[in-house]
Amino acid sequence: MSMKLSTRQVDGVTIVDCSGRITLGEGSVMMRDTVRDLLSKGQKKIVLNLGDVNYIDSSGIGELVSAFTTTKNQGGELKLLHLTKKVHDLLQITKLYTVFDVKDDEAAAVKGFK
Amino acid sequence: MEQPVSYTLDSTLETVDHAEEKATRIATELGFPEEEVMQISMAVREGAVNAVLHGNAYSPDKKVILAFERTPDGLVITIRDQGKGINLNDIPNPLAPENLLKTSGRGIFLMRSFMDEVEIRPSQTGTEVKLIKHVHGPSAGGKEASQ
Repeated sequence: MSMKLSTRQVDGVTIVDCSGRITLGEGSVMMRDTVRDLLSKGQKKIVLNLGDVNYIDSSGIGELVSAFTTTKNQGGELKLLHLTKKVHDLLQITKLYTVFDVKDDEAAAVKGFK
Repeated sequence: MEQPVSYTLDSTLETVDHAEEKATRIATELGFPEEEVMQISMAVREGAVNAVLHGNAYSPDKKVILAFERTPDGLVITIRDQGKGINLNDIPNPLAPENLLKTSGRGIFLMRSFMDEVEIRPSQTGTEVKLIKHVHGPSAGGKEASQ
């Protein structure tokens, strides 16, 4: 299943609902383009909802890191929401789990922005 | 899979997906548990990515050779490219604080995390990566039946 992304606004925060695979190629490119597009429009409070992401490879991990640092460098904030076990485990073994702001609850994620 | 199988693949993104699919199918057929099938397929995917991108650099003249062999101890997967070879000393530790936020460089680390043994043999005519997963469960690979 390829990557699908859709965005919605909740109290000034952009939620990006992701599903499928974030892997080298189309998935990674879609993620990169979406985050860059949001930032270019000044939407700098971003939540990546990864609840339906069933697979991610090292390129996908790199894309999450890129999204996080690009947003931060532009004065924004990016959080991850609803990690599946696979994604959670990957972020643990790569020591990235504590780097990202990871939330289990959408309302708490939205409220958590400064 | 009674006999070793080998595939010669183009240096394309499709090859990465095909390699992963073949690994998933073969590991499943051999009876590895679901979690280990995922680990094997992901390690093969990372190896194929390295072969296609970093080894062969998408060259249409260079191939990726992917081989699977069932051994008494488990599954041995070999991924060989036709690139210039890599310098193992140039591979950074992705867990080092200064590398944590790098956007690449985790492929070999993930292979080592998911497989029991990983051997990397670079040469001037290409890099060979051997991934080994031992049979841990009683049913994987029919080990129990063979005893």
